Amino acid sequence: MQISREQMLRAYRQMVTIREFEERIHVDIQRGGIAGFTHLYAGQEAVAVGVCEHLTDTDTIISTHRGHGHCIAKGCDVIGMMKEIYGRQDGLCKGKGGSMHIADLDRGMLGANGIVGGGPPIAVGAAISAKVLKTGGVAVSFSGDGASNQGTVFEAMNMAVVLKVPKIFVFENNGYSEHTGFSYAVGSKDIVRRTEGFGMPVFKADGYDFFSVYEAMRQATELSRQGGGPCAIYAECTRFFGHFEGDPQLYRAKDEVARLRAENDSLKIFRQRVTEANLLPGGDLDQVEGEVRDLIDRAVREAVAAPAPTAADVLTDVYISY
Amino acid sequence: MPKISMRQAINDALHLEMERDPRVIVLGEDVSGGAGGTSGEREAAGGVFGLTKGLLPRFGEDRVIDTPISESCIVGAANGAALTGLRPVAEIMFADFVGVCMDQLLNQAAKFRYMFGGKARTPLVIRMTCGGGMNAAAQHSQTIYPILTSIPGLKVVIPSNAYDAKGLLLTAIRDDDPVIFFEHKSLYMDECEVPDGDYTIPFGEAAMVREGEHVTVVALARMVPLAIGVVDKLAAEGITCDLIDPRTTSPLDEESILESVRATGRLVVVDESPPRCSVAADIAAMAAEKAFHHLKAPIIQVTAPHTPVPFARELEAAYLPSPEKIEAAIRKVLSGR
Ligand SMILES: Cc1ncc(C[n+]2csc(CCOP(=O)(O)OP(=O)(O)O)c2C)c(N)n1
Ligand SMILES: [Mg+2]
Repeated sequence: MQISREQMLRAYRQMVTIREFEERIHVDIQRGGIAGFTHLYAGQEAVAVGVCEHLTDTDTIISTHRGHGHCIAKGCDVIGMMKEIYGRQDGLCKGKGGSMHIADLDRGMLGANGIVGGGPPIAVGAAISAKVLKTGGVAVSFSGDGASNQGTVFEAMNMAVVLKVPKIFVFENNGYSEHTGFSYAVGSKDIVRRTEGFGMPVFKADGYDFFSVYEAMRQATELSRQGGGPCAIYAECTRFFGHFEGDPQLYRAKDEVARLRAENDSLKIFRQRVTEANLLPGGDLDQVEGEVRDLIDRAVREAVAAPAPTAADVLTDVYISY
Repeated sequence: MPKISMRQAINDALHLEMERDPRVIVLGEDVSGGAGGTSGEREAAGGVFGLTKGLLPRFGEDRVIDTPISESCIVGAANGAALTGLRPVAEIMFADFVGVCMDQLLNQAAKFRYMFGGKARTPLVIRMTCGGGMNAAAQHSQTIYPILTSIPGLKVVIPSNAYDAKGLLLTAIRDDDPVIFFEHKSLYMDECEVPDGDYTIPFGEAAMVREGEHVTVVALARMVPLAIGVVDKLAAEGITCDLIDPRTTSPLDEESILESVRATGRLVVVDESPPRCSVAADIAAMAAEKAFHHLKAPIIQVTAPHTPVPFARELEAAYLPSPEKIEAAIRKVLSGR
């Protein structure tokens, strides 16, 4: 696999940023600073980063309700994101959207999305744009195991194949849709074969291993960028927190998260891989971690201090002109 | 009489009716939860707001159905089951997700009876959580009931308290037409006195929440408790209002509203939906058309603005009708000629 030292360090920085961002929000929510529904991505970092490290601002992604990781991986400003989650006037979406609706169109980030299954059809449209406008870009949708059962996702897969557009479906199977297990809700228990049934290749990846996702996405982009039509990536992974902040997680075995944190932590796995193979010295990784912690501290400090939106702001941005 | 929450009242009604009528089934996402989980706890949720708790252990998996995330098929399957002998109570977790399954409501459930020349019977209830107040932002806070109220063939129920919720839900499940049952998420924990046993509240019969002389106030859902606060406060000043909660918007108890407006000559309608083509506009138009000569002042509508529901605390607070806005409207309609 070809990946430079700089790329590896960058990927690690992105993964650590997602982790620190989420761990910090988990704590801050209990202090009452953050309103609304918040779904944390911690545990799944290798997928977002392994996918997005192959993308540029010309490529588009669309995310889910669990969107922070995808946003960070696609290059959204972390301080702007934190401000948005705190509902601030200078947040990335001016406090109008919050955690579930963070978007940055300049970065090709078409939004987190509160409607499960809302994203993939939109990404088909982005792929049509890429094809018609000859941007050379690909459009990527992220969907969970739960979303994979939504009719809109089936429609998107079929239409992408029919239209042969540069569209990559990323399925992140974290084992649950809310309180319901994957093995119950996905009838065939096999998202890969179901996706292949639509007529596209699926690249399987280990969702805990950045390098595995990175390699799968390399193959996927190679195919889709060269006019080979849509394809998919399938990765099994886990979320370290509940479905939403406040979820008592009664559906989960008591020791499940502790075990996964010990054995299936994508950050630890990354560190082990690169230090054992002498690809990167541990000190470099330590330094990244320190810098990221400082960044997250600063993001929270600035978010807390940032001005709140005003009543007049309610009325803006409904239309461009009216 | 015991005081219980609206959540408990709805849960009680579901238990009562499933016990009474074996044709009643419940289906939706995470209505019990826990299937395929690793803890072995089969009822790990009982609905994301706990509305369906206890149904699975009591009535079993055939009648309490956890579905995949597939709103079109949840409502479609409820339609089909209703046409063929069951009395399904489907849950759409958030009313906003009606966007995903609109065809099954708009073109299927609402139309069978009419299109099939009166031969179909679709005894179906679709429960959904609606409304703001939880900073849940644009895709999890809408009211939606104006859209569904406008569809001939659907009945629409919007309770504002635990007592009404229980009686109206029992009526809804026993009704032979498709009924959309809205539960305002900010009312779930509000308590009032609710009888233990079975009772029903007819559709199309408004509740006269307060009686007065000077102004008619019509309010829906969470706006009812807000309006009660304002009306009681103004009563201490000698300004008295009829406060009317229509409880169902389809059918709508026009006569109760008109009778009050004819007596007071002044009307304020309060709803948290955006103003265009809304229930508030509908009621205002009805009063203007049918009680025009009794009106002493222009009708005032207190609604949300024509915008999506914003996220930030300050924005949502400014978006939603508040007691201050309701009070200002009542004072204005009194001063208006
Ligand atoms: C159309 C729609 N239906 C239901 C929901 C409620 N909901 C939010 S997230 C979720 C589970 C999604 O599971 P999955 O796709 O596996 O994503 P994960 O939460 O595991 O990241 C559900 C049912 C929703 N937001 N939108
Ligand atoms: Mg999942």
